[in-house]
Amino acid sequence: MLMSTKNKFAYTPSRLDASTAQALRVEIEDFNAAYCAVLDALQVELWPEFFTEDAIYRVTARENAELNLPVGLVYAEGRDMMYDRAVAINRTQMFAPRYMLHMVSNTRVIDQTPEGEIQAEANFLLVQTLVESPSTVHLAGRYYDTFVRSGDRLLLKERQVIYDTTILANDLVYPV
Amino acid sequence: MYQSQTVIGQTVGAKNPPLSECVWPEGGLHYIPDWVYTSQEVYDREMELIFHGDTWNYVALEAEIPNPGDYKRSFVGATPVVVSRAEDNTIHVFENRCAHRGAEFCRNSQGNANEFVCPYHQWSYSLKGDLQGVPFKRGVNKEGGMPKDFRNQDHGLRKLHVTTHHGVIFASYSDKVEPIEEYLTPEILADFNVAFPGKPLKILGYYRNELPCNWKMYHENLKDPYHATLLHSFLVVFGLLVAGNKSTMFSDSKLGRHGYMGSAKSDDLYAEVNPETKKEMRSFHDGLRLRDERFLNYVKEFDSPWSVTMQTVWPNLIVQREMNTLGVRQIVPNGPNSMIMQWTMFGYEDDTEEMTRHRLRQGNLMGPSGFLGLEDNEAMKFVQEGVRRSSTDLNVLKLDADKIGTSDSLISEASIRAMYQYYRSVMGF
Repeated sequence: MLMSTKNKFAYTPSRLDASTAQALRVEIEDFNAAYCAVLDALQVELWPEFFTEDAIYRVTARENAELNLPVGLVYAEGRDMMYDRAVAINRTQMFAPRYMLHMVSNTRVIDQTPEGEIQAEANFLLVQTLVESPSTVHLAGRYYDTFVRSGDRLLLKERQVIYDTTILANDLVYPV
Repeated sequence: MYQSQTVIGQTVGAKNPPLSECVWPEGGLHYIPDWVYTSQEVYDREMELIFHGDTWNYVALEAEIPNPGDYKRSFVGATPVVVSRAEDNTIHVFENRCAHRGAEFCRNSQGNANEFVCPYHQWSYSLKGDLQGVPFKRGVNKEGGMPKDFRNQDHGLRKLHVTTHHGVIFASYSDKVEPIEEYLTPEILADFNVAFPGKPLKILGYYRNELPCNWKMYHENLKDPYHATLLHSFLVVFGLLVAGNKSTMFSDSKLGRHGYMGSAKSDDLYAEVNPETKKEMRSFHDGLRLRDERFLNYVKEFDSPWSVTMQTVWPNLIVQREMNTLGVRQIVPNGPNSMIMQWTMFGYEDDTEEMTRHRLRQGNLMGPSGFLGLEDNEAMKFVQEGVRRSSTDLNVLKLDADKIGTSDSLISEASIRAMYQYYRSVMGF
């Protein structure tokens, strides 16, 4: 039976010393602030630029993560797939206008390899506001990230967006 | 309930009539009255006569409960049930309600157990839903306890009839519903067997969302090929469905309650759309091209004339075979103005890793974030809001007006009319 024993999304203590973790945390918080600012501005076609060419991006329910099931509500292998999605959203898709607001907190840096790959986590709340509607918590969850360095900036090599929200309200239009 | 409904989710009183005022409008099947979507009494009658009536309701896939003791929560209509595999490998479906005080005892969405124990007073049930143990049944120190004539076998869980076909599990409250193969009818069964040939399935994962619309709209949307060529420009641009493609909108010829929308993708990656057709489609975007075309590859793995079929099995199942992305969707009605959709995406045990990834990539078409999926959800939400709050009260269904049932034209509502012809006979409208 599928059980959560192989849950790779379980709590992982940081393997870094406090000052390294702290310095990286500030950098990642800056990264996430810019990432969320792009999405909150609904400039979705800029979103793929936060990723490496071959990055993995997946949005999936915690239930899937715990059962080790691979499906994604959004599943992209590579920046080109993200770009295709961004263009589809921006130029072809029909949906009601909305505002999205991301709140990211509890950033934790778990590890850094000698090659400079950084493993980190952060909680997020995604608030959605439709026309003539209240602001509602649309998605609550956590980012499980792998960053790499490209020149003087960080890029996501992998972002797993694992959400707790067992019943999604209607749909999820924009990336998280 | 959809959170925005707490502010603007009122149903106008006239749209929530009692059954006695629900009279089908003049003009027969060319009109649908709004009250089929908005009346609480109509909804309650649907639960009784349709979901708890002579129907087979999808509840789970066998691949989700492969071993004895495996179980999962599910629904028949809006009623919570548990699907369980017993020690002897038989499958059982019973209501998730303790026979004692009514607690919904099974709380995990799935798992493995030797028995079910209600946490409130620890009444225990076998994997087949039979009452096994009642704590302090004989009381303490010869005081209290159950009366002498209390028999466990009189107090089991409410059990449903169960059937399976090629790994798909259905349940029914009815003693007289026909065998599943007969229920599906020959043509629907043939298309059903394309995605479910009987070989072992591999579960790829779940989506679950609330659609703030009446449950019947989901059936209608998949019996409405007209919208597919207009709302979903993504389909049109990439030639997954073009008005003029080889296609069908099939309704079962027995009762018209099941159906499938099928289309055959041309060999070209992108669609050629002739100027006259283009003129009719506002959403058409000329020259839109993908950066990553792997996503649209079609691996021809099935013996079927259709590269895409979306099948509706009355009353609560959709079988999605959109090229190589496969899934079942279970409709859980949630009052007249809301439904929960439970999606189970799957492939086959013998898929290569690359085939699994291909299915996952193509999965971006469907689901609550799918290129097509989210547009349907948006459109159905708009319709429910419109029918709840407006002062007029008729939907017009006049495309392909002389036909009821199967149509080879995409510009047709004949299949929706077939469904409502059947619906009216069941509901007495």
